[in-house]
Amino acid sequence: MATQDLTTAAADPMVIGGQEFSSRLLLGTGGFRSLETMTAAIEASGSQMVTLALRRVDPSSRGSIVDALDSLGVLLLPNTAGCYTARDAVLTAKLAREAFETNWIKLEVIGDDRLLLPDAPALLEAAEELVDEGFIVMPYTNDDPITARRLEDIGCAAVMPLGSPIGSGMGLSNPYNLRIIRERAGIPVILDAGVGTASDAALAMELGCDGVLCASAISRSEHPVIMAQAIAQGVSSGRLAHRAGRIPKRLYAEASTPVEGTPEF
Amino acid sequence: MKVTINGTDTELRTGATVQAAIDSLALPAQGRGVAVAVDAEVVPRGQWESTLLEEGSRVEVLRAIQGG
Repeated sequence: MATQDLTTAAADPMVIGGQEFSSRLLLGTGGFRSLETMTAAIEASGSQMVTLALRRVDPSSRGSIVDALDSLGVLLLPNTAGCYTARDAVLTAKLAREAFETNWIKLEVIGDDRLLLPDAPALLEAAEELVDEGFIVMPYTNDDPITARRLEDIGCAAVMPLGSPIGSGMGLSNPYNLRIIRERAGIPVILDAGVGTASDAALAMELGCDGVLCASAISRSEHPVIMAQAIAQGVSSGRLAHRAGRIPKRLYAEASTPVEGTPEF
Repeated sequence: MKVTINGTDTELRTGATVQAAIDSLALPAQGRGVAVAVDAEVVPRGQWESTLLEEGSRVEVLRAIQGG
């Protein structure tokens, strides 16, 4: 491949569920103060896949998030946030399919309301049922290589290990596990949850992740539109650095200036 | 008859449809992004007018929100 090809996102697409995405940043819509800010941040991020959720109707709510997202032409990725059982997650996914006319689902089955960490057995159970039902399943999972393998075996379209708890902004607490998941997976690996700022996203991509999903780090920042750009650039530069092949870390210095020909005074 | 709509006990006439339950919420015009479950089963949009509720039916009417 020509060197030039490495530098354009279009020549290096992320492929999930048979669909190509030139942007490797998935954007979560939770936490934005207004639909206007959300829309501007999505545009600034260049993201082509955007999450949303289902909740009971509120007769007083104004503006439609679906209309706003449709106008941007992004792929809608409904989630099952707030589900604590496989049964609830499967039903929520089916309702999302009905509401948004899509087979794509970001599968979350949570095991604890303070940690918001995945319940692995329930996640596997829900994933299996949804794959059988024809969904394109993108599960939010622990940074555990074995669970990731099981999800791949079930037929998930991607696996989305967490960097640290949802909304914590704590970055990547176990980069070695993420690297192992990436090295052993045959499906795309999307870092999900924990990103706090651009360098976290860049690190995930440098480790080899295929993409990054980011919500709170952008939506709850002081300037979401600027942070959307920053994190998008972090994703892009991390991807380039991964493909460029970094130098190995070494304990001692290695001069870059040749020693040969050094004058002796 | 009494049904539960989004957790609230509601009186509807006997033989009311899913559509009647939705109408009782007096929502603004709904397009894409709304889904309904009755007793933990999805009711597709095309069946809202024809699906009858029963005494005690639990209806969940959901819409898209920001999240994830």
